[in-house]
Amino acid sequence: MSEPLPPEGSGKVESPVEGGDYAPSVAARYALAQKAGGVVVPLLTTLLAFFIGGLVVLATTGKNPLTTYKAIFEGAGLNWFFQVGSYELRVPFTQAHIPFPWNTNDFDSLAALNLQQTLIIWVPLVLTGLAVAFAFRCGMFNIGGQGQYLAGGVIAVWVGSSLPGLPGFVHILAAVVVGALAGALWAGIAGFLKATVGAHEVISTIMLNWIAVWVGVYLFSLGGPLQNDTQPFVPVSNDVLEEAKLKVFWGDPILQGLHVGFFVALAALVVYWITLNRTTLGYEVRAVGFNPEAARYGGISVSRNYFLAMAISGMFAGLAGAIDVVGWQYRLNTNDVLLPSIAFVGIAVALLGRNTAIGVGLAALLFAALLTGTSTRNLDPEIFKPELASNLTLLIQGLVVLFVGADVLILSLLGLRKRRRRQAEATE
Amino acid sequence: MIERLYARLPRGAHGLAWLAIIIGIAAFWVALPPLKVREPAVPIVLGLFALTIGIGTLIRGVKRIGWTAVAIGILGLGLGYLATRSSETHLDQVVVWSALTAAMLRYATPLAFAAMGGIFSERSGVVNIGLEGMMLSGAFFGILGADKLNSWALGLLCAALAGAGFALIHAFFAIHLRADQIVGGTAINFLALGITGYLFIDIYGGEGTPPDIPDIPDVHLDFLKDWYFIGPVLGQLNLMIWLAFLTIVATWVVLFKTPVGLRIRAVGEHPRAADTVGISVYSTRYAAVTLSGVLAALGGAYLSIGFVNSFNQNMTVGRGFIALAAVIFGNWRPWGAAAAALLFGFSSALAQRLPAYSESAAVLFQALPYVLTLIAVAGVIGRSIPPAAVGRPYKKQ
Repeated sequence: MSEPLPPEGSGKVESPVEGGDYAPSVAARYALAQKAGGVVVPLLTTLLAFFIGGLVVLATTGKNPLTTYKAIFEGAGLNWFFQVGSYELRVPFTQAHIPFPWNTNDFDSLAALNLQQTLIIWVPLVLTGLAVAFAFRCGMFNIGGQGQYLAGGVIAVWVGSSLPGLPGFVHILAAVVVGALAGALWAGIAGFLKATVGAHEVISTIMLNWIAVWVGVYLFSLGGPLQNDTQPFVPVSNDVLEEAKLKVFWGDPILQGLHVGFFVALAALVVYWITLNRTTLGYEVRAVGFNPEAARYGGISVSRNYFLAMAISGMFAGLAGAIDVVGWQYRLNTNDVLLPSIAFVGIAVALLGRNTAIGVGLAALLFAALLTGTSTRNLDPEIFKPELASNLTLLIQGLVVLFVGADVLILSLLGLRKRRRRQAEATE
Repeated sequence: MIERLYARLPRGAHGLAWLAIIIGIAAFWVALPPLKVREPAVPIVLGLFALTIGIGTLIRGVKRIGWTAVAIGILGLGLGYLATRSSETHLDQVVVWSALTAAMLRYATPLAFAAMGGIFSERSGVVNIGLEGMMLSGAFFGILGADKLNSWALGLLCAALAGAGFALIHAFFAIHLRADQIVGGTAINFLALGITGYLFIDIYGGEGTPPDIPDIPDVHLDFLKDWYFIGPVLGQLNLMIWLAFLTIVATWVVLFKTPVGLRIRAVGEHPRAADTVGISVYSTRYAAVTLSGVLAALGGAYLSIGFVNSFNQNMTVGRGFIALAAVIFGNWRPWGAAAAALLFGFSSALAQRLPAYSESAAVLFQALPYVLTLIAVAGVIGRSIPPAAVGRPYKKQ
């Protein structure tokens, strides 16, 4: 009996040969790693990456890596959590005050000011991390977060800067929803291609990334359709209208305080968990991720789930772009579009967070702190050059992705330890 | 020889489709210098003619080339018409064939190197998303070596070693640890970005690379000087461009005419079968991936010490991914990938000259390689089919 061949190009997920010839799909291997490594593997990975990063610091500058890491830690405002005292918290958008153990007044707490910056970056990192994670759970690698993030941001800046006279809430909602849909559409192209002709999603999302980049540069460069109306010689978009900007609930809006998009990211984490673990859609997506053949045999439409998972994944990334625009960027210039940034970190966030909601939230905090703590604005140049430190962040990010990807290494190390223990028990 | 070539010429419907492609290109070409036909009817008639033949061949079942002919017919018609409407000074400014061709070769060279590297790696069954990072490492370590050792040749050597180093990391994680190859490649890209950026700031600081770094010399062919067209194009090309030609030929010979190439392809198509007949899957893959890193790094080194003579953080800006696109667009074949690299190089060269018309629209040409590759993987114009075992780690039994 001859079995029908799987669609070409999608071979990574569906192994055509029976038996142990080929490694199982990414999602299946992650499931294994999750069972075996749990929280230990990501922790070890992070420690190892920071250790190697520290060695680099020591070898190249001769500075104490711990001092550097402490400066980054404080630059990110994470020391805020350790400055416990008796303070008051103003309940956002009211005049009421309640007692609070931490100092939320950023006029006399630098840590609070820095932490706001970290949390501003945390929002898109969570969302792009969830984007990568959702596709992963369906057995796909969405490497195109950057393109979807851009699609969301570009549309949001367009909606946010036009349509004057719209009530604020409606305007914000319109910009964010349309931005998220743009992201979904952009990723949906890759999902559609995978579902119909089996085009590998990694290739198509990389291509879509760069198409989005160049189209974005085209839109905002001099003479482009979305270029600024009042400044004809600056390659920047129009500013988002005042009423379409997200409210700042912690800190001073002029000093770039933390906007309410923070709660959107928190909600997205909950939505992600519920969708995956408590809905039919999530069940089907995970089933396809574990084993598409078995899922198909069980009556689940694999191609439909490929498309849906990719579109939802893109929706998260598009949402990140839209929230960044209406939350704190307010405008996009050609450099914002051209230089790869936040969404690539999202890959590391998802991998380190093991594609779980809590993991993504924590991993996003780690990378947000690294990004903020090494920025020129927040790192004390006396201790370590910020230009060097931002590259150190990239290095640590790369090491994390490298080690997390090699679950076999860590698993075999763990396995080795178990075997040794068993041997030791046997000899006793 | 000539008889063999003649025998391989496309015939019947295929031949017609190729004819339609040529007419479609001609529809645009007649409106450009040196002919500069100003009558809009000429490109329109030629374009429609190409379109008709293209549709005719489609009906007769020639899908891939037929669709290409239709697309080129429409493009030739539209672009040719636009060219007749545009001012002659603009046309003369933008379309200088010799300069365009030379620029195309310059832009295509780094892509060709990296694409040949990509072919070796992917043909052996290891996906190499890390081409971009390996290229970037070549660009940085090439210029670092050339600066510190005061010789461009040693600079190239440093670049090759750096590329091999990153490739070995990728190979170790992909082959021995059986990590996901795409995750590994992504990690390589981050790592290369971080390491080169870190060392660049650490060594050169804010001022950037010094201007007096020994660069790869141009090859002056003085006897070509007075030849029409060929003189200005080939007379003064960088050494690396000639090396790129050689690399393409060598890749084709090695992959398709030698036992080594057969082994590489066997390992990439069916590693179990290759293992059974005594080919070492692991060492073949290690060698292929390392070679791919070396080639990608040479492409990067050309960028820094052959082309622009300086280095900047993230200076490759996606060229590694264009090379990857060239590999896929060229269907994992050396000549196909080389042709794709030339096409993508041409779109870059055009993007550089088009601002005479519109600053912003010229940028869109940069997206062309990615759009074409997306269409290619979508299979609208014939499918791109990867090696069967690409991306799958192999476990020895």
